[in-house]
Amino acid sequence: MRLMSQIPQKQNQPPNVRVLGRRGFLVAGTTLLAAGTGTATSQPTQTSLQPPRSPGAPMTKYGRPSDHEADVVRSRIRSKTGTTGSGASGTPLQHLRGTITPSGLHFERHHSGVPMLAPEQHKLVIHGAVKQPLAFDLDKLHRYPMTTRTQFLECSGNSAALLSPKAQDWNCADIHGLVSCSEWTGVPLAYLLDEAGIDPTASWVIAEGADAGRMNRSVPLSKCLDDAIVALYQNGERLRPENGYPMRLFLPGFEGNMSIKWLHRLELTDSPAMSREETSKYTDLRPGGRAKGFTFDMDVKSIITSPSPGLNLQQPGVYQISGLAWSGKGNLSRVEVSADGGKSWIDATFDGAPQPLALNRFNAAWQWNGKPALLMSRATDSAGNTQPTRQVWIKQFGSNAFYHYNAIQAWRVFGDGRVENTYAT
Amino acid sequence: MPPKVKLTLPQFTHAIVYAGGLLISNPVIADNEPRLGDPVTATELSRLSITVLPDGRGLPDGSGNALDGAQIYQTHCIACHGADGQNGINDRLSGGVGTLVSTKPIRTIGSYWPYATSLFDYVRRAMPYNAPGSLNNNELYAVTAYLLYTNKIIGDTDEMNATSLPAVAMPNRNGFDWPE
Ligand code: HEC
Repeated sequence: MRLMSQIPQKQNQPPNVRVLGRRGFLVAGTTLLAAGTGTATSQPTQTSLQPPRSPGAPMTKYGRPSDHEADVVRSRIRSKTGTTGSGASGTPLQHLRGTITPSGLHFERHHSGVPMLAPEQHKLVIHGAVKQPLAFDLDKLHRYPMTTRTQFLECSGNSAALLSPKAQDWNCADIHGLVSCSEWTGVPLAYLLDEAGIDPTASWVIAEGADAGRMNRSVPLSKCLDDAIVALYQNGERLRPENGYPMRLFLPGFEGNMSIKWLHRLELTDSPAMSREETSKYTDLRPGGRAKGFTFDMDVKSIITSPSPGLNLQQPGVYQISGLAWSGKGNLSRVEVSADGGKSWIDATFDGAPQPLALNRFNAAWQWNGKPALLMSRATDSAGNTQPTRQVWIKQFGSNAFYHYNAIQAWRVFGDGRVENTYAT
Repeated sequence: MPPKVKLTLPQFTHAIVYAGGLLISNPVIADNEPRLGDPVTATELSRLSITVLPDGRGLPDGSGNALDGAQIYQTHCIACHGADGQNGINDRLSGGVGTLVSTKPIRTIGSYWPYATSLFDYVRRAMPYNAPGSLNNNELYAVTAYLLYTNKIIGDTDEMNATSLPAVAMPNRNGFDWPE
């Protein structure tokens, strides 16, 4: 693992560091800091290096971000006309580093607003094709074995903005903000289903939320017995209301809509419900007018979060290309980056071993020569799937599909350092 | 047959635990399945169960037709969905037949929805947006009938009930590819 931004001195640089030149030249490590840095920045005055000496603020019951970070907030909060709470908001990906999404910045997609549920009154009922219908309150659930994993959650409508005919002047969060990654802790659903006694006729589990609209989705029983959990904690604390407090279903790698929040009912059946959310919505309309249903797994994807629109470049020199990559079909095997619109690629470095079904941070050093450039990243997952170009994606799936768009994102860098969303290929 | 249950957590083995030199008499258990679920009565379940399956299981008693439904739609739905399910501020509910192959597909009950049962199920669980659960069964059947009629799928006096609704032939019923 190499954090190139932490390499202080030219002589400390590992010999195998590769730098992406503007036209994608692979440059041997020794030239990394040769151009651009060191000369342009003016030295700050001595007084600005002296931190304040008066006593600071007192302790707080619940800490919050620095006041100076007040603009790092969820993006594009939008609700359907005439309603509040039937809408979405995005994670400000371009302002975050690492891989964990702070709970308060996790993306939202609600259909009837965020219910405020009293935990002592909330129960999960399991019934239908079971031997014994059972109810579990939070106290009881806390006595079950729990498991903790760091996994992503992505709305399958994420990035659909890129299907519009013209590239819109949007930033990374506006386009891709419906993906987040948290440490989720909860009770494996298999325990609870096993306890209720699964009837041999059961093959689906219809999960329902306690939001006003009782949002529901049908989940294959096999997924529920494999790695589904009833999540109670997010990043070490109880779920946030907008993430399903006091309990939610969490289905690793599946489209976010299925991980039902405010989970209160699981009905085992021999058929899917064919609910509105899995027929009218969350079906993928293909060219020719037929639609594909039950496209559960999220596909392999990557985005460069920096540089990206709004995070413009200052002067020519070395920059760290940094981004996020993930796949709902397993782990990642590779992320490549290009600065010349895909004519040439080099491998980015993972920040640690890539983790399955999680957001993974990738990095690459880039020497910007001050000329226009086209930045791209391209991920390949352990199942061998590689992100296609936008043109290839649209040729295959059409531009009406809306869901599960995972093509390569291109950011155009102008000579003045501005970065903009563009359709390159 | 459902797949065999796979408990993904390690099972603890019998152990005698010493703490500060004292033998603790409560052993760590091998069978880590607390089995604490509370039984649920049939009455409680019938109040909770609102899922309607495509074959009609789960549909309640009651009935209604489009003539009655038009009135309910006027009162409870038109403000957001517009006259006849079009030009409202929220989702369009009718028309769009033949647009699925165009560059501007209009997905509605008539052009896209494969099952009439999903419509009853959704309106019962989620609509009207500001007061879901406020319509009674006859009103639900009636407004469902009205939306099917508006989409030219049934006639204005066709009664919708637990038997007739699952039998409604939806125009795009075979327009989907489902796995398996
Ligand atoms: C206050 C506005 C409002 C009222 C009143 C209202 N709706 Fe809705 N309706 C919505 C919104 C918003 C959605 C989309 C919800 C979402 O997806 O998050 C919707 C969605 C729907 C859909 C699903 C559309 C689709 O294609 O998936 C149907 C069907 C529907 N409403 C029927 C009704 C009926 C019937 C009534 C009256 C009983 C009604 N609505 C009253 C706001 C309203």
